[in-house]
Amino acid sequence: MIINPIENGIVIDHIKAGKGMQLYNILHLGELSCSVAIIKNANSVKLGKKDIIKIDEVIDLDLDIIGYIDPGITVNIIRNGVNEKRVNIEAPERITNVIKCKNPRCITSVEQELPHVFKLTDRENMVYRCIYCESKAK
Amino acid sequence: MRSVIDILDLSTEEIDELIETALDIIADGKKYSEKCKGKKLATLFFEPSTRTRLSFEAAMYELGGQVLGFSDSGSSSASKGESVSDTVRVVSCYADIIAMRHPKEGAPMVASMKASVPVINAGDGGHNHPTQTLADLLTIKREKGAFEGITVGFCGDLKFGRTVHSLIGALSRYKNVSFVLISPDELTVPSYIKKEILDAKNIKYYETTDLEKAMPELDILYMTRVQRERFFNEQDYIRLKDSYILTPEKLKNAKEDMCILHPLPRVNEISVAVDEDPRALYFKQALNGKYMRMALILKLLEVQ
Ligand SMILES: [Zn+2]
Repeated sequence: MIINPIENGIVIDHIKAGKGMQLYNILHLGELSCSVAIIKNANSVKLGKKDIIKIDEVIDLDLDIIGYIDPGITVNIIRNGVNEKRVNIEAPERITNVIKCKNPRCITSVEQELPHVFKLTDRENMVYRCIYCESKAK
Repeated sequence: MRSVIDILDLSTEEIDELIETALDIIADGKKYSEKCKGKKLATLFFEPSTRTRLSFEAAMYELGGQVLGFSDSGSSSASKGESVSDTVRVVSCYADIIAMRHPKEGAPMVASMKASVPVINAGDGGHNHPTQTLADLLTIKREKGAFEGITVGFCGDLKFGRTVHSLIGALSRYKNVSFVLISPDELTVPSYIKKEILDAKNIKYYETTDLEKAMPELDILYMTRVQRERFFNEQDYIRLKDSYILTPEKLKNAKEDMCILHPLPRVNEISVAVDEDPRALYFKQALNGKYMRMALILKLLEVQ
């Protein structure tokens, strides 16, 4: 399968196979007017199978969200056909309004205006907990 | 400006300090009777908890301070839909310190982020209740002299019991503390506590369903209630409930100086016949709660 190389844009690479669509949705890439390609189950030396997202425009990406979905992802910024910058992603210490706390006993379930904040409590196992009720993010 | 939302917000040094203050209050309460003169404690109880509220109020009065507040959300602005954030912003204008109880987990944390005065969590749903743990710790310290080396048995509902989880967390910071976790299979300590606290810190513990068998080892027996609604079927509940009711017979093989604790209120998990036993310390534990709340109020108000 061939997707044309991009002149100016972003390649989100090394996405764990199966997580491409989730990332596409959470980054709201569906709202962009430029072309966006999701490649599922591409062969990868490192991962066996991986997903890739190509965006045909250089846009601002929220790296914290990407790091939350999968800190193994690499983001390549392409300008004039060359890979100008390769950004390594890390799991962020805190994420705000990326995911919602699902604990029905949490204060966020009754006070809608509160930001949903999760903090990283275990980097090795990528455990995020709600700062209010300490429930694990699912 | 400090708030205390979780018992682990306090270091072991700070807990030692609070215990020292509490012991000094016990030795000479008069010395403290005007320490908080002119200061006001707001007790914001979005759900009723008479014992906890009275303990906070008594603590503040004994320090010479004053108390204002409400004791259930029906009589407060919350019933008109005001948020926790707005309520504490307003209350911060009137009070020097806030004790808050709320049915939702994390509400006191939200309050501490918005208030301009210290907030003490007086219980948020099934989540945290740090001043209960302070009461437990003072009781153990007064009776045993130290936390190091003790064997603590927790009995009853260990799955949902927040007082159990907090006390395990707090005691895990001391050397050579071991735990015996006594509960029906349905109500064992959640796996994250075993993994993240007990295993992570290499703490000695074992789980059992048999209270009487574990009894002779225990320095502390911490009882909690097994509630009917925690069971999927009635038969299991009926089969199990009596095995976790403490009676004088079950205490036959207990150590002479074992301490029986319970966060109260008790329903029937400790038979009243046990109350006469000198090892029954749950009412003393409630009194200790008041002393620790006094010590905590002094600390957070930075009163010398
Ligand atoms: Zn939550």
